[in-house]
Amino acid sequence: MLLAETAAGPAWSWNLITDVQEMWSFPFMVNAFRAGTIVAVVSAAMGYFVVLRRQTFAAHTLSTVAFPGAAGAVLLGISAVYGYFTVCVAAAVVIAAVGWRGGGGGADEAALTGTVQAFLPACGFLFIALYKGLLGGPQSLLFGTFLGITTSQVTVLLGVGAAVLAALALIGRPLLFASVDPQVAAGRGVPVRALSVTFLVLLGAATAEASQITGTLLVFALMVIPAATAQTTTGRPGTGLALAVFLALAATWLGLTTAYYWPYPLGFFVTSYAFAGYLLVRSGRTLHTWLSRTRAPLLYKEATA
Amino acid sequence: MLHPMAKARTAAEGTVPPPRAPASEPPAALTVADDPVIALRGAAVRVAGRALWSGVDLCIGAGEFVAVLGPNGVGKSTMIKVLLGMLPAADGEVRVLGARPGQANHRIGYLPQRRSFDPSMRIRGVDVVRLGLDGDRWGIPLWPFGARRRAARRRIEEVIELVGASTYAYRPIGTCSGGEQQRLLIAQALVRRPELLLLDEPLDSLDLPNQSAVTALISRICHQENVAVVMVAHDVNPILHHLDRVLYLAEGGAASGTPEEVITSPTLTRLYGTPVEVLRTSAGRLAVIGQPEAPALHTDRHADRHAVGPAAGGDHAAG
Ligand SMILES: Nc1ncnc2c1ncn2[C@@H]1O[C@H](COP(=O)(O)OP(=O)(O)OP(=O)(O)O)[C@@H](O)[C@H]1O
Ligand SMILES: [Mg+2]
Repeated sequence: MLLAETAAGPAWSWNLITDVQEMWSFPFMVNAFRAGTIVAVVSAAMGYFVVLRRQTFAAHTLSTVAFPGAAGAVLLGISAVYGYFTVCVAAAVVIAAVGWRGGGGGADEAALTGTVQAFLPACGFLFIALYKGLLGGPQSLLFGTFLGITTSQVTVLLGVGAAVLAALALIGRPLLFASVDPQVAAGRGVPVRALSVTFLVLLGAATAEASQITGTLLVFALMVIPAATAQTTTGRPGTGLALAVFLALAATWLGLTTAYYWPYPLGFFVTSYAFAGYLLVRSGRTLHTWLSRTRAPLLYKEATA
Repeated sequence: MLHPMAKARTAAEGTVPPPRAPASEPPAALTVADDPVIALRGAAVRVAGRALWSGVDLCIGAGEFVAVLGPNGVGKSTMIKVLLGMLPAADGEVRVLGARPGQANHRIGYLPQRRSFDPSMRIRGVDVVRLGLDGDRWGIPLWPFGARRRAARRRIEEVIELVGASTYAYRPIGTCSGGEQQRLLIAQALVRRPELLLLDEPLDSLDLPNQSAVTALISRICHQENVAVVMVAHDVNPILHHLDRVLYLAEGGAASGTPEEVITSPTLTRLYGTPVEVLRTSAGRLAVIGQPEAPALHTDRHADRHAVGPAAGGDHAAG
């Protein structure tokens, strides 16, 4: 929004190297790329499991909680970063506790998360109304911004992101087992319940990270779309994870670059690129299935393997 | 092919299979096989405050093929859960592989009842089988080319071949048919060379030729590799020839022994307290007539299954 107001904003020159050099000559852009990279990797890795476990509803709830968290922190005069993390992780613990009491993943959990989803954004708007001086109004919290990301924020993102990824690497295989086949996993002694609680808490932290790039309304752009695209493409867990991370990185970098030249919210661009990738893969798959069905049905195996 | 433990046992005992224990043992003579895989003594279970079966005495040795039979809702799946230690026994003693239930689960292959994967589950069958091998390990494997990984990959291929799932194992499991998924899940249960297989209605969603093929496969693994098998079944006929023993569950009681001893009019009449007639066709098939259905309370949940006509699980004309 700042860039939009300067009459002579940066211009795209088609010389990629000088463009990137010029863009990265601004420290805030460098920080934005650093933050975006960290967030893309963490969100995509977590998103792979979110899609596999069909917990997009929980992820959505956590992201709606992120908004009042950030708004409340700003109102209290603290950095929004801490608001995101505190509220998201707290909400994850609440959802997990209720799910635990209600026997896990039942209607109880859905009803509670729905209630929370309605109430907390309302609080967020109240906080913003109370705090009149918020730069750009609620838009930057809802739809993302790359302006004003400080080096200390990047450090926080990096620390939390590394912790989330390390935890995910540690529990990755049992989590996959528990997600795909909970009964057999429980029979094998995998702590299915504890894993699902741990996963929710990690999801809270990852959502808080993603909210800071795409805005709280658009965390799915990095959390769900790349993972869904990857799972449409491949059935291999390792390849799928890597592909999701790659797609999220591509969407973030392209989105940041576009947002630098075009005065619209960052979240819009990131979401659009991610969604374009999804559409492309989806239609490519449909075409491939259709072609192989008309030619030789046996090719299906290769199409999906 | 043979599990090292099974191999050691076989070497000690001479030939496979080990001596069959005589049926209907009184509790005192439970230690027939020198090292029973499963030993139940006066076991009873309560679910949600309600007593299901009780007074179950059972001793299963290595390489024995045992069927658990009974009407819907009597607690067959609950029996499997007790053996896995996922549910405590309310009374009596339960030992599995020489330990308390739940202590030796890594040596058990488990196939839960009627699972089907969502069509959108985009994980390949081979990965699901693989989870049966190392899915409970923490951390991620960083170096994918070691000897252990190669051995794991070989074992997975071998077991997929064994169940005849090679053609669809590399497809996302959600796109496989119910019967194909069932075979992959049997491969998953087998992949770690378990000493005990707990199979909850594995023949569900298989057609007749596949039922006999899968039964033959399980029986072969059971008798050749000396793996004890406990199979919950609805229809005893497809597995009758392979069985060493049956356990018939009823509300409040149970009867175990060889099929010839247990699936008879007098035994089942005594067990259920109403006249039950067992007919044997010339082809050797059994039909149980007059066996009470599940308690009325639970008939709705199983309405679909009654239509299928479970032989030895309700009124059924042998065919
Ligand atoms: N978590 C639970 N809460 C309350 N009741 C339960 C629970 N689990 C099982 N039951 C009850 O315990 C009884 C035995 O259940 P179980 O699943 O063992 O039956 P089953 O013999 O396997 O039946 P089926 O042939 O239909 O598979 C049923 O009446 C069931 O309603
Ligand atoms: Mg059952």
